Amino acid sequence: MSLDTISLSGRKKEVSNKKMNFWESIYLVAILKGLMITIKHLFKRKVTIKYPEQIREFSPVYRGQHMLKRDEKGRENCTACGMCAVACPAEAITMTAAERKPGEEHLYREEKYASVYEINMLRCIFCGLCEEACPKDAIYLTESKVIVKSASHREDFIYGKDKLVMPLEMAIKNSKSLN
Amino acid sequence: MDSALIIEKGIFIVVIFAITMLMAMYSTLAERKIAAWLQDRIGPNRAGKGGILQPLADGLKLFAKEEFMPDTPNKFLFILGPAISMTMALLTSAVLPWGDKLEIAGHTVILQATDIDVAMLYVFAVLSVGVYGIMIGGWASNNKYSLMAALRASSQLISYEVAMGLSIVALIMMSGTMSLREIAAQQEGMNWNVFYQPLGFIIFLVCSFAETNRTPFDLAECEAELIGGHHTEYSSMKMGFYLFGEYAAMFISSAILAILYFGAYNYPGMSWVAENWGANMANILGIVVLFIKICFFIFFYMWVRWTIPRFRYDQLMNLGWKMLIPLAIANIVLTGVIIIIADKYL
Repeated sequence: MSLDTISLSGRKKEVSNKKMNFWESIYLVAILKGLMITIKHLFKRKVTIKYPEQIREFSPVYRGQHMLKRDEKGRENCTACGMCAVACPAEAITMTAAERKPGEEHLYREEKYASVYEINMLRCIFCGLCEEACPKDAIYLTESKVIVKSASHREDFIYGKDKLVMPLEMAIKNSKSLN
Repeated sequence: MDSALIIEKGIFIVVIFAITMLMAMYSTLAERKIAAWLQDRIGPNRAGKGGILQPLADGLKLFAKEEFMPDTPNKFLFILGPAISMTMALLTSAVLPWGDKLEIAGHTVILQATDIDVAMLYVFAVLSVGVYGIMIGGWASNNKYSLMAALRASSQLISYEVAMGLSIVALIMMSGTMSLREIAAQQEGMNWNVFYQPLGFIIFLVCSFAETNRTPFDLAECEAELIGGHHTEYSSMKMGFYLFGEYAAMFISSAILAILYFGAYNYPGMSWVAENWGANMANILGIVVLFIKICFFIFFYMWVRWTIPRFRYDQLMNLGWKMLIPLAIANIVLTGVIIIIADKYL
């Protein structure tokens, strides 16, 4: 057996170099065949999802925008322990801790809280490790279908507490449904 | 010539100009839409409902672009290029019959800007000058890619013009006239020339693709090798004129195809409509039918463009000189023989 007849994959094909006959060399038949194929695609269902109006169906285990939780009394859970920042593989999370002052007991659950809590959305990979690392059930990834909005400055992608903390109305609704 | 006729023709020419512009504008949208549909996409759909305002947005964008002029010694020729390209695309429409005639308030309006005896020759003359638009533009750009494109375009157009002319000779032998008006009138009912000249039609169709620089013969602007081809150095509305001229040429070329081979404004049952609903109604329907045929050919141009890749340069030349020209000559001989036989025995 000579080398060029061996086919290791079993998919080897001989290239045909035969000369085209007259009908092939005026290309018309081949072009007609091609036209028939493309015209079929004219009537096929289009696969495009028109994004802002239509939203792609997400998987049931989808992880969306982060949220900093409040408890049933509307107090922030986060104690600025920094476990999420340590767990984050993309190093997207930073925070500054602060001590709770007397009279702020209705705002923060424990004596320590995060005065600044920022996630860089350009770095975040939505892996959900912060959620797993959190000992206080403070941060979790919602099923929100809202994708990070485009912006023209890098600073605009750093989400602070104004965007991350659960809105009060939602906390009120939650505690109402609990009682 | 009385002033009423001049006004009538003036209005008619303006209307034809407006329609050609409108068709060219919407051809750009149709091109993108059909490309998208053939590739299972949706296409532009943001400007207006279903993208209906997209051509306006494109035009506005081109107007707002920076007008860049390369450092070329031929500033005049640089501007002349797109101007010729556009003018020649529009000039052909002067001799095309867009319908038979209309009776408006006892006055007969012939739906044609001018009916000259040698309309066919006029069409060919104008088409041949059209290549100067690309040649001059490519030459004046002072860019080697543009020059290459100009070379390719001119050699391609000259080669295919021969086959195109020969395929028309057979048609002229058959119809015995060069006036487009008479050729249109001869194809009454379903008496379309395509049934008598199928080979001539195919040759003419292939050559039309080459003459309008459409795929598979768009070697003059093949992006992979020549950047933008002859309009590499053009920007803003000068570039727009080239692109627009190309679509206008496609519209006119579709009109020529429909008029020469597909029965112009004739449709089966035209005489029945004329008897029952009046001659005007029949002729208005005729205009509509002509535009349907034109739209079909425009669609066909695009359909082919999004189906097959472009030819290699040697394939292009082989097809033109070794295939189409002999076929066209054989067609002439065949037509001549059949005409003689038909004269003697029928």
